[in-house]
Amino acid sequence: MSAEENQRTYGKCNNPHGHGHNYTLAVTVSGQVDEPTGMVCNLADLDAFVHENIVGKFDHENLNTLGQFAQSVPTTENLCVAIYDILQRGFTKAHLEKVRLDETMMNSFEYAGEEGISVIR
Amino acid sequence: MVYLTRKAEFSASHYYHNPEFTPEENRRVFGKCNNPNGHGHNYTLEVTVKGEIDRRCGFVVDLKQLKDLMNREILDAMDHRFLNKEVPEFSTRIPTTENLAIAIWQRLERKLQAAQLHRVRVYETPDLYADYYGEA
Repeated sequence: MSAEENQRTYGKCNNPHGHGHNYTLAVTVSGQVDEPTGMVCNLADLDAFVHENIVGKFDHENLNTLGQFAQSVPTTENLCVAIYDILQRGFTKAHLEKVRLDETMMNSFEYAGEEGISVIR
Repeated sequence: MVYLTRKAEFSASHYYHNPEFTPEENRRVFGKCNNPNGHGHNYTLEVTVKGEIDRRCGFVVDLKQLKDLMNREILDAMDHRFLNKEVPEFSTRIPTTENLAIAIWQRLERKLQAAQLHRVRVYETPDLYADYYGEA
């Protein structure tokens, strides 16, 4: 895009110095309850995966400098999809349903994979 | 498909009354909500749209446009208003949370261009909300 088009499309978000958010991430998994433990999956395992592979990767980083966003704009939509992909590839202890990112108190985004439309209610 | 939700808050008053009911029936069905002087709520509105990410800009929809649309179509009409008396839809419909969700959907669906409306959620109080997904 031209400089004018970038300014018109992104407004204040086009500031080349960047701006920050306090993102809130919610990961939804599903499965049958395991009888011996009473759990769908051990939340400690999910927490550990998210902390190492999501928070560890993105927290306190300038998203534009990360390899993940070398070819795409780090909108919250694209960040949602990137996080989903990391979980889908690496977290195997329960079925991944959807990822939700709250960008601000007023804006949130959800992604359930290409075929996950039915779970967004 | 990515789902995007934008929230807004507005304050409005209303009361519940069906002119086809007797006064006793109105009081029995609607209780305190039948007070003709009205009562108020701080509503929270969540509008969820869906669409594919535009590869050029990374958006499903320009959030500023969605925010402006919600301001024009909903907040300007309903914020700090007495719904029964000042919002045309509620001259013939009872402004319950359910009907409010439907009316908001209908106002937005007419004007939304860049993405598809998925759900309108209206919180009347933090403990009570209505979801509307359209007729389909």
